[in-house]
Amino acid sequence: MIALDKVAYSYGGGELFSEISLNLAPGSFHFLTGPSGAGKTTLLKLCYGDLSATAGHVRLFGQDSRAMSRDELALARRRIGVVHQDCQFLDHLPVADNIVLPLSVAGRMDEATANLPDLLSWVGLTAQAGQLPPELSGGERQRAALARAVIMSPDVIIADEPTGNIDWEMSQRLLTLLVELNRMGKAVLVATHDLNLIRAAKTQVSARILRLKGRRLQTAGVDL
Amino acid sequence: MVPPTGFTVRLTLFTSGAMAFLAVFALALSLATGRLADRWASELAQTSTLRIMAPAEQMDGQTQAAIRLLETTPGVASARALTDAEQQALLEPWFGPDLPVEDLPIPRLIEIVEDSTGYDPAGLRARLQAEVPGAVLDDHTRWREPLVQAAGRLRALGMVAMLLIAASTAAMITLAAQAALAANAQVIRVMRLVGAQDSYIASAFVRRFTLRALSGAFFGVVAGVVAVSLLPSTDVAGGFLTGLGFQGMGWIWPFFIPPLAAVVAFVATRSAALRTLRKQA
Repeated sequence: MIALDKVAYSYGGGELFSEISLNLAPGSFHFLTGPSGAGKTTLLKLCYGDLSATAGHVRLFGQDSRAMSRDELALARRRIGVVHQDCQFLDHLPVADNIVLPLSVAGRMDEATANLPDLLSWVGLTAQAGQLPPELSGGERQRAALARAVIMSPDVIIADEPTGNIDWEMSQRLLTLLVELNRMGKAVLVATHDLNLIRAAKTQVSARILRLKGRRLQTAGVDL
Repeated sequence: MVPPTGFTVRLTLFTSGAMAFLAVFALALSLATGRLADRWASELAQTSTLRIMAPAEQMDGQTQAAIRLLETTPGVASARALTDAEQQALLEPWFGPDLPVEDLPIPRLIEIVEDSTGYDPAGLRARLQAEVPGAVLDDHTRWREPLVQAAGRLRALGMVAMLLIAASTAAMITLAAQAALAANAQVIRVMRLVGAQDSYIASAFVRRFTLRALSGAFFGVVAGVVAVSLLPSTDVAGGFLTGLGFQGMGWIWPFFIPPLAAVVAFVATRSAALRTLRKQA
């Protein structure tokens, strides 16, 4: 569904990484680790078409992202649910409206009535539906972001440090939600520096662990 | 989707209101000068004047001869000499009501009304020169055409003023829309991340600016119509003007301005939004 072939990315002359190849197939579960500044977030942005590779090819659902029109990219993003590190909410809209935003922009608001109550219940935010995002705790924000990422029933879920600002118990709960989605056939890619989370995941799901280090993507060893 | 706050709300409302107010006056000017041009053209085109300048003892004779000649001229429907009272009324604005017309050597005026075919001015002048040497034919062409032309140009100026108002409105709304787009960069980014296409994002701004322009223009038009209705009436201002206002069904015309302002806002905002979104990508 999403395939990176010998991809490189440079910021103003300095190469962040190169020769990156990755294939997110249906039902796959990947963790992406690496030191801060290695380019994990940039790699994720390449995967959902927010950035263009400076070399190599990124294929989104069979199409080269560089050759895609702006409208085609927008349509591809509807098939990719993204949980951003900073959640990226519209702070003037209630949580429920933020969660159904992808349905709204896709003109599928009729599905919101049927799906939203179940989804809010699944992430445990039924009572917070009418609150504004700044009124939520860190964990609640992450769960709301996950709800928004999955409301369109996307083929791929990408999460950038989803447990970065929350306690261990909440991290476990989020991980469980991601594993459930993976069991439904979704491809999942999670960028994290939380090795405990990865160890916990390995008891629940067969995940491939990738490490971005020294400008290359490596498969992590059994030490994890 | 877009937060409903910001100075662009007030800017758009004020601009569209003020421009609609001015557009009402431009429209009133255009319609009034149009009526003036039509009136001058129709009233003066069918009439002309024969002026008899002769010694007092020959005046009546030449007047009768001229009228007989005119009655046999093809294209002349009627011809009659103005009475002393009518001539006095014509001179009254300049010399006052007590002018002794009969004691003054002023020419006798004959009013000629043409029929639908009209007469041949050159032929009539030649016959008058032979039979009534003191007669001078004035078919009003010399001063009718410049007046009609001037009124026509005033009407055109009114139309140009309305076009300029529309262009200014579009420019101001474009600036306001660009400011709103810049102020809502984060909102646009989030919408893009969840799969919004440019047309969807643009429509969120277009809808808002179109409604603001519509409501602002409506209030501007109401204020403009009230102001025009309070202008002095034709009778008070004098017979020369037809009145800088609307007449009859003409009062409906200003209420086409708000929908037009909305159309201008729609086009300006959509164009600005799509252009800005392309640049932001």
